[in-house]
Amino acid sequence: MIESLMEWFRGWTQFDHLTTEVIITLSSIALALVIASVLVRVKQRLQPERDHTELRLRVRTWWVIAWMFGLAVVLSPMLSAIFLAFVSFLALKEYLSLIPTRRADRRVLFWAYLAIPIQYYLAYIGWYGMFLVFIPVYMFLFLPARVVSIGETKGFLRAISTLNWGLMTMVFSLSHMVALMSLKIPETALVAPEWPDVDNQFAPGVGLLVLLVLLTQFNDVAQYIWGKSFGKMRAAPTVSPGKTVAGLLGGIGSTVVLAMLLGPWLTILDWKTAALGGVLIAVSGFAGDLSISALKRDLGVKDSGSMLPGHGGILDRVDSLTYTTPIFFHFVYYCYG
Amino acid sequence: MNNVLRYLFFLLVVRPIVLIVLGLNIRRGELLPKKGPAIVVANHNSHLDAIVLMTLFGMSRLHDVHPVAAADYFLKNPRRAWFSTKIIGILPLERKVAGMRTDPLAGICEGLERNEILILFPEGSRGEPEQMAKLQNGIAHVAKRRPDVPVVPVFLHGLGKALPRGEGILVPFFVDIFVGEKVEWTGNRDEFIATLETRFEELSQECYRPEWD
Repeated sequence: MIESLMEWFRGWTQFDHLTTEVIITLSSIALALVIASVLVRVKQRLQPERDHTELRLRVRTWWVIAWMFGLAVVLSPMLSAIFLAFVSFLALKEYLSLIPTRRADRRVLFWAYLAIPIQYYLAYIGWYGMFLVFIPVYMFLFLPARVVSIGETKGFLRAISTLNWGLMTMVFSLSHMVALMSLKIPETALVAPEWPDVDNQFAPGVGLLVLLVLLTQFNDVAQYIWGKSFGKMRAAPTVSPGKTVAGLLGGIGSTVVLAMLLGPWLTILDWKTAALGGVLIAVSGFAGDLSISALKRDLGVKDSGSMLPGHGGILDRVDSLTYTTPIFFHFVYYCYG
Repeated sequence: MNNVLRYLFFLLVVRPIVLIVLGLNIRRGELLPKKGPAIVVANHNSHLDAIVLMTLFGMSRLHDVHPVAAADYFLKNPRRAWFSTKIIGILPLERKVAGMRTDPLAGICEGLERNEILILFPEGSRGEPEQMAKLQNGIAHVAKRRPDVPVVPVFLHGLGKALPRGEGILVPFFVDIFVGEKVEWTGNRDEFIATLETRFEELSQECYRPEWD
């Protein structure tokens, strides 16, 4: 009894998939957050007349996100998959709560939610072919067929396209994080893995996942800071007035530098591949951010939700990831798959 | 025994469904009454309305919170009656008052005497999901008898999409909850109802509601 309980517990916590570098990186993120929290306190002390609520909430929410993500990654790959599937669920729910839907399609939306566990399971077991086609082929053909069976033709095209776009970004795209985690590097890889581990002692995916998420979030912050400091020319005035060309270029530069520094140390990427990966993340992150901004502007809402105090909703947090994740995964897969 | 069952049901079934499967966005939660006697009035779209409102008060105040519900519907058969009164903790109310000899509002008044927080749906029925119907007069009668009890309006959005009348499958949607300032009894029934309706109208204007038809 006790034996089997221990065995079960061990299944949920397998620390042996982690490298020292991943642990150091996660600890550094925690340290950075400690510094951020201290800085907010100091700012509050120095300028008591100004309102720091927004900043304080933002840092506090970062703590929660970092804890959840960190724990999910550290404990076991299975927990990471469950956690990330849950993030997808929250994102899809927020998306479907925001967009116009038809009364008749209520049950179709239920089927769309069911795609999440299946897609994440396929990513987790590493069934690459099925993982790749399940949503863009099977779901995208099944859902319209289900809608047709209801018989309501008014608004058919819009109902289908909004639902498919939601599944594409919030489920298909984000599930690549789990695919990245269960990536196995074959002998025949196009680029030789630059890594101390030769006997495949550790899974290479955890490092790649941490790098992806870290670079994506870093790029968001870097674009914001560069844009605030030097930005004059607006990059996309009608979609997001805050985005500037200087922000975009500065963001790309900073992200590439960080990618080159971290990539070879934390992951199997060599510095050249890491630099290219950094460019892809910076550019696609920018596009992902803008696509969610455009969505919100189209609907006439400011924040997608109020779930994450200081950050708005889940969509506002995963916006860049919906683009960076599949792009980065397929780049890595092309090089090492 | 029933109290234990009620507690467990809310802790293990209701709260996980409401907080994880649905998810709440609450505006001005601080305006909710901290203790009874108090009346929370809300628009009615779904069977989930009452239990979602009950979770707003947390587990520690669960024993104090009771939704007022139609006796003709919820006491229809013994099993439903047991579940409604013992587990959910409804306060049954007779909707058809014509020809009745007893006081239909006696139950509500007793509840307020016991310092409970009562949840009322002044539309009287769930009706069309996500559409507000005209308010019934019952709430004004209660306010007239107990002018000291605060009447707090709450506007709910999303539950009618998640589980509308006649549907058996719950589809996850975020639920928006807007709490309004309490409404005072002014001495006039029509005026009171009108104020309440305006308050609901204001709260619904505040809410972003995507097209749903």
